[in-house]
Amino acid sequence: MAEPSTTLGLELHDASSRGLAASLHLPKQIGDRIYKGVLTAAAISVLLIIIGLLLELVLGSRQSFAAFGLKFFSDSDWDPNGNKFGALPFILGTLYSSFWSLVLALPISIFAAIFLSEVAPRWLERPISFMVELLAGIPSVVYGLWGLFVLQPWLVKHVEGPISSSALSHLPIFGDTPNGYDMLAASVILAIMILPYITAVSRDILRAIPRSVREASYALGATKWETIKGVVLPYARAGIIGAVILGFGRALGETMAVTMVIGNAPIFKLSLFQSGYTLASVIANELSEASGLYRSALIEIGLCLFIVTLLVNIGAKLLIYYTAQDINAVGRKG
Amino acid sequence: MTDTKPAPTLKGAEIASLLRPSRRSRFRRYLSAWVTGISAAAATIAVFALLSVLLYILIGGIGAISLDTFTQGPVPQGQAGGGLRNGIVGTLILMSIASVIGLPIGILGGVYQLETNTRFSRTLRFFTDVMNSIPSIVMGIFAYLIVVLPVAELYPGHAFSAFAGGVALGFLMIPTVMRTTENILRLVPIALRDASLALGATRWRTTWSVVLPAARGGIVTGILLALARIAGETAPLLFTAFGNLDFNVSLDKPIDALPLNIFNYATSPYENLHHLALAGAIILLAIILVLSLASRYALKNQTIE
Repeated sequence: MAEPSTTLGLELHDASSRGLAASLHLPKQIGDRIYKGVLTAAAISVLLIIIGLLLELVLGSRQSFAAFGLKFFSDSDWDPNGNKFGALPFILGTLYSSFWSLVLALPISIFAAIFLSEVAPRWLERPISFMVELLAGIPSVVYGLWGLFVLQPWLVKHVEGPISSSALSHLPIFGDTPNGYDMLAASVILAIMILPYITAVSRDILRAIPRSVREASYALGATKWETIKGVVLPYARAGIIGAVILGFGRALGETMAVTMVIGNAPIFKLSLFQSGYTLASVIANELSEASGLYRSALIEIGLCLFIVTLLVNIGAKLLIYYTAQDINAVGRKG
Repeated sequence: MTDTKPAPTLKGAEIASLLRPSRRSRFRRYLSAWVTGISAAAATIAVFALLSVLLYILIGGIGAISLDTFTQGPVPQGQAGGGLRNGIVGTLILMSIASVIGLPIGILGGVYQLETNTRFSRTLRFFTDVMNSIPSIVMGIFAYLIVVLPVAELYPGHAFSAFAGGVALGFLMIPTVMRTTENILRLVPIALRDASLALGATRWRTTWSVVLPAARGGIVTGILLALARIAGETAPLLFTAFGNLDFNVSLDKPIDALPLNIFNYATSPYENLHHLALAGAIILLAIILVLSLASRYALKNQTIE
């Protein structure tokens, strides 16, 4: 590039002329420096919020940790009046309801993703995709409302009643008399809530697979299902596992809908027909009235929830990220 | 098939059996058709769940909505009547506070991601994704710890406030705004930026006068999507905005919100409050739907070709 000719009023601010421009046009350089500083500050604030959040949670749960130590996580006694706090029922309740929601949502969402990506014609695919996105946009509290007045009575009448009067009731997971406010209702509503996420992410991953891969399979005489099973799914496996973990992470942190149907009893039983409690629900119900050690115990539960969802999500993101890279790499080669 | 001459050693029936798909091949095709059908059934279940939720809210809520719903505050428990005025106004106020906090950080952060491509900026982008997945209730605890508790210590008698709720919602907005802003700014042709820089404009001037106006529609889309995301947030408000039986517009006092109303009324034992919860759900869904549709519209009117 030629030397900046100041006589023509040209001002260059590219990296190539930074040194000269800096001396010639000081005011504008200052403007750009402020600009860069403001932008960087805004971007870094994300990091600050995450670090600040972690720090505040650790500080807030100090009192509880000093009182109970690691026993906090293995003790199942939750007695605010007697100042005894153990988080085990909440930890187990969260994992258990999320596990069952995954069992219910997993086959449906993966097959729905296959339908949207591999089977459905375009005129059908677009409105269904739109509806799945709508499903993801409904607030948790509205799902809770529906769960309370539609899902729960339906489950009691058509699922829990018949099962508990049949021989299946001897199984531990179907024991106890159903009352509606239970693990089953929470798991079903969680399943409906994570379904659109797993479906949408899996669909995007399936779509990213190059066409040539499928056509190679068809050319060898494979049927549609053989192509999906033998070529498409193995190709997308890591990414779909990532999508599923992402859905699991969402189920762990989901609060309102679960709080409204799970029964909020600080006990844990294997039976799906028994009331339970989750980490997020106990915070939602009790934090606003708590103080002292009680508050500190609830904040420690928040810390626990934060760390678990953080690890689960980072794992899922990395899986999806590397699958996308693989697909892109092969796509470029092909 | 009649005009083809079979090899002398084969009889007609044998040829027919050779031309017919083998049992194995028929099984493969049936299996394929079945699994395709199963996948269609799975998609139907998802659509059915959506319709069940939407129709229940619509049918149950339409009858519960009246003028009173928008003009009346809550009445003492057990009494008939009452409306959601406090919650509707409260939600609008909370969304405004959240925008003031979340939008500048989100948009500027998105511009940062456009302007820089270093290992550090990619790490920041990863953390933006991480922040997006933090459960909203945990973000609520953060607002509770940095706003509600210090206020309660400094000014005894005060604790929960509209401002605290706005902080929680504002933080929740940041990652959505940041990612959509960045993605949309990347669509602005690099030549446009180069042209501006070549004319002697500084970088901030280029962003302000060329890049941002060209991407205006897309940025509006990001803002609307983020607002749609926080409009229905309930959990972080339980111990920040807290809810308020009295009408309130000041930021330093507890404030009602539509999602809080829905939660409290749905879990109450009173029939008329259940109807009010349904009415609230319709209004909330309407707000979210309008925001989502407007965001699509904004993107359509995008000037970038």
